[in-house]
Amino acid sequence: MRKWFKTGEPWIWMTAGAVALSLVLVYAVIALITVRGMVYFWPKPIIEASYQERDGTRSRLIGELRDREEVAVARLRAMGHDIATTETYTHRYLIKTGNKDVTGADFRWIPAPQLGEFSHPPEILAIERHQWGNFYGYLKTVREQGRVVATDAAALPEALRRQERAIRLFREALEIEKEPIGAVNHRLERLRLQERELQLEERLTEARRDEFARKRQALDAEYQIHQQRLNEVRRALERDSITVETMGGQVVEIPFAKIARLYQPNAMGLGQKIGFYAEKLWEFLSDDPREANTEGGIFPSIFGTVMMVLLMSVVVTPLGIMAAIYMHEYARQGPLIRTIRISVNNLAGVPSIVYGVFGLGFFVYVLGGSIDQLLFPEALPAPTYGSPGILWASLTLAILTLPVVIVATEEGLARVPRSIREGSLALGASKAETLWRTVLPMASPAMMTGLILAVSRAAGEVAPLMLVGVVKLAPSLPVDGNFPYLHLERQFMHLGFHIYDVGFQSPNVEASRPLVYATALLLVIIILGLNLLAIMLRNRLREKQRGLEGV
Amino acid sequence: MSETHKSLSIDIAGLDRPPVDQTGEIAMEVRNLNLYYGAAQALRDVTMDIPKRRVTAFIGPSGCGKSTLLRCFNRMNDLVDICRSDGRILLEGKNIFDPDVNVALLRRRVGMVFQKPNPFPKTIYENAAYGLRILGIKDKKRLDEAVERALRGAALWDEVKDRMNDSGLSLSGGQQQRLVIARAVALEPQVLLLDEPASALDPLSTAKLEDLIYELKKNYTIVIVTHNMQQAARVSDYTAFMYLGELIEFGTTDDLFVNPKNKRTEDYITGRFG
Repeated sequence: MRKWFKTGEPWIWMTAGAVALSLVLVYAVIALITVRGMVYFWPKPIIEASYQERDGTRSRLIGELRDREEVAVARLRAMGHDIATTETYTHRYLIKTGNKDVTGADFRWIPAPQLGEFSHPPEILAIERHQWGNFYGYLKTVREQGRVVATDAAALPEALRRQERAIRLFREALEIEKEPIGAVNHRLERLRLQERELQLEERLTEARRDEFARKRQALDAEYQIHQQRLNEVRRALERDSITVETMGGQVVEIPFAKIARLYQPNAMGLGQKIGFYAEKLWEFLSDDPREANTEGGIFPSIFGTVMMVLLMSVVVTPLGIMAAIYMHEYARQGPLIRTIRISVNNLAGVPSIVYGVFGLGFFVYVLGGSIDQLLFPEALPAPTYGSPGILWASLTLAILTLPVVIVATEEGLARVPRSIREGSLALGASKAETLWRTVLPMASPAMMTGLILAVSRAAGEVAPLMLVGVVKLAPSLPVDGNFPYLHLERQFMHLGFHIYDVGFQSPNVEASRPLVYATALLLVIIILGLNLLAIMLRNRLREKQRGLEGV
Repeated sequence: MSETHKSLSIDIAGLDRPPVDQTGEIAMEVRNLNLYYGAAQALRDVTMDIPKRRVTAFIGPSGCGKSTLLRCFNRMNDLVDICRSDGRILLEGKNIFDPDVNVALLRRRVGMVFQKPNPFPKTIYENAAYGLRILGIKDKKRLDEAVERALRGAALWDEVKDRMNDSGLSLSGGQQQRLVIARAVALEPQVLLLDEPASALDPLSTAKLEDLIYELKKNYTIVIVTHNMQQAARVSDYTAFMYLGELIEFGTTDDLFVNPKNKRTEDYITGRFG
């Protein structure tokens, strides 16, 4: 044994084991979120079974089977279930019964012994609604203004046809709300601010006041026209409805205006399922969230994350590189610069929430507050830049990642051999020319490395953002069609915060758990994507100076 | 004319080396040069004349100050923070240490080639054109001509003319060193300083480099630092022996090697120390 230790072999095994363990952990994380996240969009079969309630009565249960776990019989008995078995352990199922508005809860744990045989009737209809989650039941009739137009077998095709019309109208209504009405509101607000500005400067004359009133009237009239059109669309939307029989036997009427999607998962073939999957996935990527973020898409979060990271990169890269150049090339290398270097290195270790507090205190209140005082006094007391927003979040993260960029750039500069610098200087180049023409190009891959590290860190950061600009639900994107198009003062949504919000703050944790995985997967993919972009850029820079290592 | 110079003229007259310019013009004059790194003195009262369009070699044991002296000629020692000096070096009568001297201009007129080949990680063309680009020359035709002239001058043109866009680093060590010489020659300097240019090269490349030096001296004043006494004897017209920061002996190469006046010079060239 001692001899074996002396050979050094255990050391090799230990180090290799550490590598293997790390690999396994990383892949396990990725695999877990991929598997859990990607199955979320697959249409799940809906089961129907009879169920013995706690009071002994039998009822019908319809829903998606979501989970299964082992449970002690004694515990179930303590909860009031009358279970006739001699086993110590049995199972219970988590079933998504939907119909939250009718039954009050859309998830239920059901002990396995209380459930009869499962069946998968193909006629069961799943209704995805804009609010209140899914609804499961049997389609009974299709109605137009309360009058029955189709029943039984004819009902489904009719319902699907009318659903298409309803979705079209729904989108139209949404569009009117967002585009023309939003734009008019935006212009009204700007008008109000202009008037207020003149008033503050005491230049608001009678004539001007009248002009403002006239303009406002014109906008109001425009608003009325759009509002009228919106009302028409909404009325048209409310024309049709369906009636559905729930698992309890009730017949409920659901207007098409509330329905996002109608489908029969049990009747779907594989092709249909794949189509459904793609459709849901696209919705996830491109749509706004619904229902406290537990349904719909996460497009605003993707947009917010990417935009914030890009803004941060734009700020941190030049700043960090310039600081590093000064520290490495120009500053006298004495105790002062050593102290600064140590401080910068240690900044990287400051907990990110501290940066968040700093961002809130300095950027938002001091800087933003001053900007408001100076540039937007007409909007006060409502803050413009004096409240958390994407600009401040980006700046906060820029400070957070600054040390990374500085350190990486300095390392890059240090790797440029002295002989190269002297070669350039000996040809009559000044120090600045040497830097620009030779040293910086040679150090550029290292700068990209710094940027890559900064992006990785920033994209995954959540804690500081909660203080300086991230919100659960942002009403509009930081970029839109209203002047000045780029609204850096706006709050924004972020994938990391979205995960936290959906996973831990949502009213329905069970419903949203798969969404957490899907969102996490997306976040990882986006960070990987941004990194790949930067790595490709770096490799191209390296390519340009191939063979450098040999010098 | 200084005394040293006069003595040099006399020496030249007695030379039997082939193409020798009998004018005895002086390219650079060093006067009472002292140089200190912090508290340590690296050069002690060096006074000498560098003859024009000749090869002058500095020899001496490691740490004798020959590279330091060389780096004074184009003020490369300015880059060393703790380095200070007194005395004068005259280039065409002008002290290069004067505060009004433009260092960039000085370095264009006094080019330098280092011990290890240090081409930039750029194309061969851009390496040769580097100095001209610094001067702000953008005209493609002018650059092309200058690059070709420089590469021909450095005896590299035939080897690289078809691969001008390859990286300078893709060349062999000897080619790299000639590329670096071309880079300096492109600026058409008056003086070319070579700091042990062959120390990182194989014998074949060294031979080529020595041939090149022989060619270059027709147009340039060359000062070369070398460890290799055979090399000094082969390529140089004049040799200076330095020891512990002092210039011990300076004279024509033949004289110094055949008939050293100083005991230490003799000991060194006969290999008794070094």
